[in-house]
Amino acid sequence: MATISFSPKDQYNAFITTLNEAESGPGALSGIPVAVKDNISTRGIPTTCGSRILEGYVPPYDAHVVTLLKKAGAAIVGKSNMDEFGMGTTTENSAFGPTKNPADPSRVPGGSSGGSAAAVASGMVRMALGTDTGGSIRCPAAFCGIVGHKPTYGRVSRYGLIAYANSLEQIGPMARSVSDISLLMEVLTKYDPRDSTAVDCHYSHTPDPEIRGLKIGVPEEFFGEGVDPRVASAVWDGITLLERKGAEIVTCRMPSMAYALAAYYVTCTSEASSNLARFDGVRYGPPADTKLPWHEAFQQRRQSGFGTEVKRRIMLGTFALSSGYYGKYYAKAQAARQQVRNDFLHLFRTVDVIAGPTMPTVAFRLGEKTDPLSMYLSDILTVPANLAGIPSISVPCGKSEGLPVGLQIMGPHFRDERVIDVAYAFEQGVSR
Amino acid sequence: MVSERDVLHIAELADIGIDKEELAEFTGRFNEILDYFDILDQVGAGETREADLVNVFREDVVDPSLTKDEVLANTPDPEDGFFRAPRVM
Repeated sequence: MATISFSPKDQYNAFITTLNEAESGPGALSGIPVAVKDNISTRGIPTTCGSRILEGYVPPYDAHVVTLLKKAGAAIVGKSNMDEFGMGTTTENSAFGPTKNPADPSRVPGGSSGGSAAAVASGMVRMALGTDTGGSIRCPAAFCGIVGHKPTYGRVSRYGLIAYANSLEQIGPMARSVSDISLLMEVLTKYDPRDSTAVDCHYSHTPDPEIRGLKIGVPEEFFGEGVDPRVASAVWDGITLLERKGAEIVTCRMPSMAYALAAYYVTCTSEASSNLARFDGVRYGPPADTKLPWHEAFQQRRQSGFGTEVKRRIMLGTFALSSGYYGKYYAKAQAARQQVRNDFLHLFRTVDVIAGPTMPTVAFRLGEKTDPLSMYLSDILTVPANLAGIPSISVPCGKSEGLPVGLQIMGPHFRDERVIDVAYAFEQGVSR
Repeated sequence: MVSERDVLHIAELADIGIDKEELAEFTGRFNEILDYFDILDQVGAGETREADLVNVFREDVVDPSLTKDEVLANTPDPEDGFFRAPRVM
């Protein structure tokens, strides 16, 4: 066991908690400093989800992925900042202050894994874990100019991840190179029976940049309304680079994109309304006033403990699931979700991967997005992969207005290897 | 359209206190978002996926678990090895 000392000047507010001294053992990640998003349980290290309602909470156990990192010798040096409970696209919704984008500190780093992205992009750590419910790994990777991968649903155990929307979220790797993403995937995909949605499908792969003959589908909808033409142009340049390396580009359609965002927000808020019911100040976090009657005590605790966006999403979910509205919202969202999945399955009969921009714009200015609906709309290109459960990676793809742009590559279920290969081919092509 | 009264009712169902001052803002945003959700009205009932899903079962065997002290470590004021909760009656 070696001790890694870590005392960075955290000028971007990337961390909620840092450890001045972190243990590191032998293994594939020996001596590598890794940041872990603060919604992933770490035994003995405070875990807040970016929320006041969990201030002071110290988990009595490690998430499965944390156990795996430790077994691989990684040095867990800190818990990274995030939108409260993962609810946001900018990391401005953290109770511990916003994270700033190392590419331009007047901009947001994206979210919700903005702390992880900033820590990696600024060089404070080599790798980080993020979580992706509707783009929360890929968005900050794109905005900060790093690589981020959302694995196939079920490939990485969620045991010890503090749940927001179980049917959508996955833990995944963030790093500056595709090789490091691949290395982390190898560590993170060891099967865990404690997550009943986990699938025993270990990733053991070395990225291969050979993409001759590969068919890349490019849905028109990924370049539709709301996508900044300068971002679209940078991404088309990237797709053309893949074509020069021997891939075949096939334009296609994804009609279900019209419903994807609404289906996503109905589903995630519904799941959040149930998951976040556990935060009542009885078992953890700042305590509820036990002198008050039950409901009054909980209402008071949750009013002061949750931020505005978290309250909004819990209430939206409560409404969408309530008697009389379930059929109009939740049931329809599940039908739309099925259409998104069907569209992908249909496309993957003729193409190997699907490519497009990760985000419709470059990073917003801090404080720029104030109304929730316009913030939600910026997730339109990342949520389809979560609704369908497919793997999706974001890899840096040039700049627009001097700010990083992300190229998103999606693949069929359990073909994480393939999207990582394409990202690797792209990265190699750019650096030549 | 939901009214301020509806929003108060939803907040009560969700056990979240809302200040009178925030109520108008919450209601306005709520309606903007619900208007957007109306696009789902165009989705047909369609198929859902339950048919090809399988349950994952495991043997019901006793594994090591957290000690009582570990479980109670995050509550400020346990009593006789129990959590203390607000009164129900």
